[in-house]
Order: sequence, then C-alpha cells, then structure tokens
Amino acid sequence: MLLRVHDLSCARGGVPVLERLSFELSPGDVLVLRGPNGSGKTTLLRTIAGLQPPIAGRIEAEDGAVAYGAHADGLKATLSVAENLRFWAGVYGTGGIDAALAAFDLVQLQDRQAQNLSAGQKRRLGLARLLVTGRPVWALDEPTVSLDVASVGLFADAVRAHVAGGGAALIATHIDLGLESRVLDVSAHRAVAPVDALDEAFL
Amino acid sequence: MIRLFSRDLTLAVRAGGGFGLGLAFFLIVTVLVPFGVGADTAQLGRIAPGILWVGALLACLLSLDRIFQLDFEDGSLDLLATAPVPLEGVVMMKALAHWVTTGLPLTLAAPVLGLLLNLAPAGYGWLVLSLALGTPALSMIGAFGAALTVGLKRGGLLLSLLVLPLYVPTLIFGAEAVSRGASGQAATTPLILMAAITLGTLALLPFAAAAALRINLR
Amino acid sequence: MKRMSLWEYANPKKFMATTNVVLPWISVLAAICLVVGLVWGFFFTPDDFRQGSTVKIIYLHVPSALMAINAWLMMLVASLIWLVRRHHVSALAARAAAPVGITFTLIALFTGAVWGQPMWGTWWAWDPRLTSFLILFLFYLGYVALWEAVENPDTAADLTSVLCIVGSVFALLSRYAVNFWNQGLHQGATLSMDKEENIADIFWYPLLVAIAGFVLLFVALVLMRTRTEIRARRLHALQMRERMG
Repeated sequence: MLLRVHDLSCARGGVPVLERLSFELSPGDVLVLRGPNGSGKTTLLRTIAGLQPPIAGRIEAEDGAVAYGAHADGLKATLSVAENLRFWAGVYGTGGIDAALAAFDLVQLQDRQAQNLSAGQKRRLGLARLLVTGRPVWALDEPTVSLDVASVGLFADAVRAHVAGGGAALIATHIDLGLESRVLDVSAHRAVAPVDALDEAFL
Repeated sequence: MIRLFSRDLTLAVRAGGGFGLGLAFFLIVTVLVPFGVGADTAQLGRIAPGILWVGALLACLLSLDRIFQLDFEDGSLDLLATAPVPLEGVVMMKALAHWVTTGLPLTLAAPVLGLLLNLAPAGYGWLVLSLALGTPALSMIGAFGAALTVGLKRGGLLLSLLVLPLYVPTLIFGAEAVSRGASGQAATTPLILMAAITLGTLALLPFAAAAALRINLR
Repeated sequence: MKRMSLWEYANPKKFMATTNVVLPWISVLAAICLVVGLVWGFFFTPDDFRQGSTVKIIYLHVPSALMAINAWLMMLVASLIWLVRRHHVSALAARAAAPVGITFTLIALFTGAVWGQPMWGTWWAWDPRLTSFLILFLFYLGYVALWEAVENPDTAADLTSVLCIVGSVFALLSRYAVNFWNQGLHQGATLSMDKEENIADIFWYPLLVAIAGFVLLFVALVLMRTRTEIRARRLHALQMRERMG
C-alpha cells in the first residue's frame, strides 16, 4: 500500500469543497480524478501533497512518498533545461537526469534556456522533474495541459513505466490517456453544506 | 541545500543587476546626502556612520520582496515545500543568497563611500566590521518579512512597513559602533551587542519565517 | 454540576452572551473612574512646586502610556492562545485590541509632547522613552496593516500572530537599544512599588483612579470591538452558507 486516504474532507480558503473521500493506491495503480472545474481536484491534490492540512480524515503514506506536480512547473527562465532538472535532482538527492531527459524527448533541448521553450516543451520539462524525484506516488494536476498528441503519448509511456516499476499515480485530467486506470469522480463528494470547522463556530 | 543557494546565486547573476542594483542605490543615497545637508566636511564626517548604515539598510530593503515572490509565482515554492528539504533550511539558504548578493557587496563598497563622506580614518575598520556582522541580520529579518507577505498582491510596501521597525536594534548598535570607533572611543560593546542580535536572529527567525511560509502556502 | 472551564468563553456564542451582560457594567464603571480620576486630578490637586499645573497632564499621559504597552501584551497573549488552542475569539480580540492600542500610543506621544514643551523647551526630544513609544507605534501600524492586507481571516490571524510574537522580541530589543543609544531627559519612573521616592499621595490616588479608568475603558473597547468582529465573521459565515446552498 503506497497511499491510503480515509474519510478525507478538505477546504479551499476556509470553505469546504470535498468531503468523505476514501481511496487506496497500491503499486501499479493509476487513479484518474474527474470532476468539473472548481470541484476541488486541485485542493485534494494539494492536501495529499501535504501543502495544506485536511479538515477531517486521514492520509496515510510514508514520509516523502508523494511527488506533487502542480499547474505551474516551477521552472527558472534563465536556467537551461538541464540546469533546471539537475537542481531538482540535487534537491531530491537522486542521481542523473539523462533518463528523465530521454523520456520526455528533451535531450536536443537540454542546453536551451527555459524562457526560450514553447509552452508544451516547458510542460514536458515540468513532467520530467517527476522522474528525478524518485518518489513512488505521483500526484499530478492537469499534467497534459498544452501538450500535443505525441507528447501526451510520451507522458502516458512515462506513467506506464513508473507504475510498472512499483509506483502509483493520482492524476487529475479530462482527457483519456489510454492508461489502464480506475476513475474517481470527485463531484460525488462535493461538500454539501459548509460544515466549515472554522466558521461553523460563528453560526 | 547548497544547490538551492547556488541556484539562487546563478539566477541573481543571470537576471542582471543582481549585485549592481543595490550597490548603485547605496551610492546614489550617499551622494545625495551632501546635496541635502551641505558640503561642510566636518559635519559630513560626523554624520557619515549614520548615513552609511541607513543607506546600506535601505539598499538591503530594495531586493527583499524578490526573496520568495518569484519562487511563489512560478510554483517552485510549492515544489520546494513538498521536497525533502526542511523549509527552515530553504529560508536560511534564501537569506544567505540575499546576503551574498546585497549585504556583502555593500560591506565591501562602504569604505569607498566613507571616503566621499569624509569618515574619520579610525572608523573604516569598524564600518566594514559592523556591516559584515550586521547585514546578515538584515537579510534574515528581511526574509522573515518576505515570508509573511509572499502571497499578497501588493506586498512590497507592506514588507517595508513590517521590516523597518525590526531593523531598529541592528541599526542603532551598528551605527553606534562606527561612530564610537570613528571618534576613537571603545566600540566593542555595541559591536558585540549587534553580533548577538545577528546570531539570535539567524538561530530563531528561520523557524518563524518557515511557519509563515507554510501558512501562506496553505 | 458541570465545572465551568475558562475556555468556554472562547466559544463565540458564549462570549456574546456573557459580554452582553457584562459590557454595560464595565462601560459605566470605566466612565465613573475616568470622570472621578480626571476631575480629581485636574481640579482638586495642588500645582507642583517646580512644574506648576503642567504636571497635571500626568493623569492622561501615564495611564495611556501604560495601556499602550499592556494592549500589546494582551495581543501577544491572545496571539499565543490562538496559535496553540485555535480559539477564534482570541484571534479576533487581538485584532480588536490593536487600534485601541494605537490610540493609546498616540495619546501618550501627544501628551508627552505637550508636557515636554514647557519642561524641556521642545515639542519633541529623542528621549529613549518617547522614542520607544514611537517605535511601538510603528509596530502597531505594521500589525494592523498585515491584518488588513490578508484576505482569508484565518491566514491573517496566523500571520499576525507570528508577527506579534517576533515583534514583541524586537520591541524589547529596541527598548534596550534605544536606552543604550541615548540616555534621556525623562524623569524616572513615576510609578513603582516604592512610591515614597516618586510622587506624593495627593497625586498618587487620583492617578490610580485614572489608571483604573483607562484599564476599564480598554477592556470595554476591546470587548465591544470583538463583538463587532464576531458579528462580521458570523455574517461572512452566513453568506458563505447562502452561496453554497
């Protein structure tokens, strides 16, 4: 078991958005999160990544199991592709970046500054960062935005390789990645009334 | 950790003006003062320690909002917060990088500006020493202020308002050490007190700043 | 019978119910103390043999200066309670106290200047104590500005609490630094346990009454403002519920 979410409720800006979510991720699992815009997919992913505390429920995962991939790629415009990636590899204490560059077809671009990349290339670099984290659970927020069909294919291959190697992925996306996956529709877990643990005291 | 530090330095160098801007500001403030108070060299010499310290402090203030803001906007701060490095360490490294790009050049340039203001010869050693010991505190306190205001749209002005009162003790002891030194009095006491503040700041503020960052990232 | 815990008053509803009863009494008591203390002090004490009638500003200056510091201390305690126990009333009380504290600081600075003018021949002197109050004023400004700038009320409460704790340490440091920097003109402490060496009983009693009046006024104002803050939060919570359907 890599990640177990039990009866989780989470809030955005003090307003509860999701409640009573439970799921588990074992090695090899891909779980796709679906739901309309604003339904709380990003909030859920941020909560699982540990950036914000849940308002109720438990998240069980080993320390440092989750690698978070946000909307923003966290790239530095004046650093080259290789430098950006090497920085994160250093932070996570993992080795080389060559495999990550190859997986997202960035070898040709490795000396180019990130500011001179196209939106899709930047995204590929942002996703390549996941490979250098060396973490088993990927929590990804709309990873395929601005990717073309070929790049989506590269991404799907990367996820497939990752879960085949004993990892798991939690992906919020609207498109069909062609992966063998389970689907969790979060709109079924929308918080009904604001049982806001914070503001409720004032009602 | 070291990587974060060297990345920030690289970024400061490549962004251009990383080192230069604060220095240029320091120079301009120092040059403007004689225009304001008159060219009487004796008077300038008397107020030089204060001017140099206030100038250095304002120059430090200029680049504070960049400590976390850029990383916040491009998403790296989120990623750093989920990475296997303690946020306190991130704060330390960011403050250190800020010091190397502003505090250190200011310290090295200060004697030249001391000449312009006719600082007494005995004061130069104390000037460099006091700035070298005091500017790390300015960077660390600034990093704390930057952490408090990182999520705000117009955080820059608020940042100054929050940070400047916190600079008072360092400024008082720093300027006092230089002016005592310049007039031949014993200057070790204020210098030691200021060093104590710097050490205390470096030891404790990373925790407060990391707490503020966590709150802002929530 | 269930034992009442002090923390029960941290529940907004309980707080509102209790203060609804208590507040009028405190307000009336504050008014009585202020009127008695100030009238007594201004009109029924003799002029000082050195300072003449200017000394009578002491009845405004000393209590407001005391409360300026105590208001910050109260904010510090309330901030700590908020960070440790997450009681909303505590955070809102800290927020409510800040503008009151600013006002007391301004009164202390202003009366200090009015007092200093005939005594020292200048409206403003960089005397350590006056300077410390000026710095305290800046700390208050930063604190209030941070509250205003942050939108999410709980984030604002957290950030201002951290600022309040760090600010307290630095305010204390500034106090010592300023002392070191300029040994001032200020007369020694007016109040201390050993009052023999300070001021005579005839000035002392009305001063005590005036101080009591200021303390009660502070409590009344903070309670009143906290009630307003709670109502604003309740309104916010209701609107939120409305929107969520």
